[in-house]
Amino acid sequence: MTDIRTELSGLVLDNPIIPASGTFGFGREFAELYDINILGSFSFKGTTREARFGNPTPRIAECREGMINSVGLANPGIDAVINEELPAMREVFTKPVIANISGFSVDEYKYCCERIDKEEQVGIIEVNISCPNVHAGGMAFGTSPEAAAEVTEAVKSVTSKPVYMKLSPNVSSITDIAIACESAGADGISLINTLLGMRIDIRRGRPVIANKMGGFSGPAIFPVALRMVYQVYEAVNIPIIGMGGVSCAEDVVEMMMAGASAVEIGAANLTDPYICPKIIERLPVLCEELKINKLSDIIGHAHG
Amino acid sequence: MDGIYKEIDQKLVILSNERIADGVYKMTLEGHTSLITAPGQFINIKIPGFYLRRPISICDYDASGLTIIYKVVGNGTKDLSSMKAGESLMCLMGLGNGFDVSAMGDDVLLVGGGVGTPPMYGLAKKLLAMGKAVTVVLGFNSYSDVFYTSEFEELETSVKDGSMELRVATVDGSVGTAGFVTNCLEGTEDITDYAACGPIPMLKALYGYFEGKAPGQLSFEERMGCGFGACVGCSIKTKSGFKKVCKDGPVFFSSDIIF
Repeated sequence: MTDIRTELSGLVLDNPIIPASGTFGFGREFAELYDINILGSFSFKGTTREARFGNPTPRIAECREGMINSVGLANPGIDAVINEELPAMREVFTKPVIANISGFSVDEYKYCCERIDKEEQVGIIEVNISCPNVHAGGMAFGTSPEAAAEVTEAVKSVTSKPVYMKLSPNVSSITDIAIACESAGADGISLINTLLGMRIDIRRGRPVIANKMGGFSGPAIFPVALRMVYQVYEAVNIPIIGMGGVSCAEDVVEMMMAGASAVEIGAANLTDPYICPKIIERLPVLCEELKINKLSDIIGHAHG
Repeated sequence: MDGIYKEIDQKLVILSNERIADGVYKMTLEGHTSLITAPGQFINIKIPGFYLRRPISICDYDASGLTIIYKVVGNGTKDLSSMKAGESLMCLMGLGNGFDVSAMGDDVLLVGGGVGTPPMYGLAKKLLAMGKAVTVVLGFNSYSDVFYTSEFEELETSVKDGSMELRVATVDGSVGTAGFVTNCLEGTEDITDYAACGPIPMLKALYGYFEGKAPGQLSFEERMGCGFGACVGCSIKTKSGFKKVCKDGPVFFSSDIIF
């Protein structure tokens, strides 16, 4: 049987499968359906200082082989996450979790990371500097190397946990941003977040999404994500969590060959709530077919 | 697979799929329905060739299958309408809270507007079986949009006299009372509760009409990503905080609603 364990900054995962932030809540909905402890880890719902309703509805749109969301960081706020969500999560998930943190100012990122640093169950902090939904901020940090570095440095100064910067694909040079984060002390890179997209309802002649635009995800973006993981792997020496349209075990292997140490599953959780258990079951079988004895051996294999 | 607690993604086989009004179709499906616990719940249907599923409310169900009624509003529902008996669909089953019949009194008004009508059928059946009196008011635009009135009439004749009354309104007056459902509310002063599903303006009008008079349970609609509470795409603001239409709803108590 193939060893499918992998490692992120000293944290050993039973497998590389991690539900992505924003598609898995705080685990509760999925814990009703299956034992979520089979996962490598999961990245919980992006958390900000204040509770947020998010953007106006409708904020979901169908696309060919994908979807657009403009949920806009709806979350209960850091206090409720620490006081209510994390204790409830501990009842259903016993492994270290990935805390996804967002902010509208450097201070907010710092504040949230300082608070989450004290939470024992958090194994990694994933800092979202790329959400394209919120007019007030987010986007700006992820699109300039200087701003990305500033957030990285600020967050690193308040936590001893590994910090993974989650990058936006909506930039001209993904490697410049990744290098800036690494230089500022990031322990790892998560990529990619959603691609900015839109749909128009031709019957009404108006955008489908109330906020006009939103983040495009799903299988359609996989080749873009894979390309960016491949490029970033060549540019930095810190681990990468690869994501973007991953929908099957074959995609996971491809992502890891491009350079990902672990893989997040996003939109696929929404269309098939059992996609992660299915991939985890299929992965060792696929590895045997491909004559892979140890899954972590293939990380970056495609670079020759 | 190991570690599965509950399999909500069920394969249902199409028994029939027929047009019953202008752009409106009735589909009967066979399969396990044990996850359905209340009228007003919905299923989320995987239509081949489309990424997101389509949430459709359950009209009626029994141990061996269920009925849905849906309107063709885009390419997904258009493809659904051309599917044939014998074909199967993967459906997330028993989603949403549904109507809480235990919270209802003995004299309930049910209001359905357009494709908000179907869940009222299952609810009416349930309430009648519990021995409650039911007044059903259905609203449509015109005669070509009217559907399921004969099924409701059959229900009316199947129960003892006086326990059910059906009223129909059409905006152009081509069937029943001319106007909106709110033009059909005479004699409903003594109802203990009301339940409604339909367009937001209709829900809002009913909410205003019965405010301070009778409690209501209103079913809401929103564009959904997942249908089971994971993506938070379909949130609404309520008096008790932000709620997910798919998981905390689609039915909300009038006391909790903010219009």
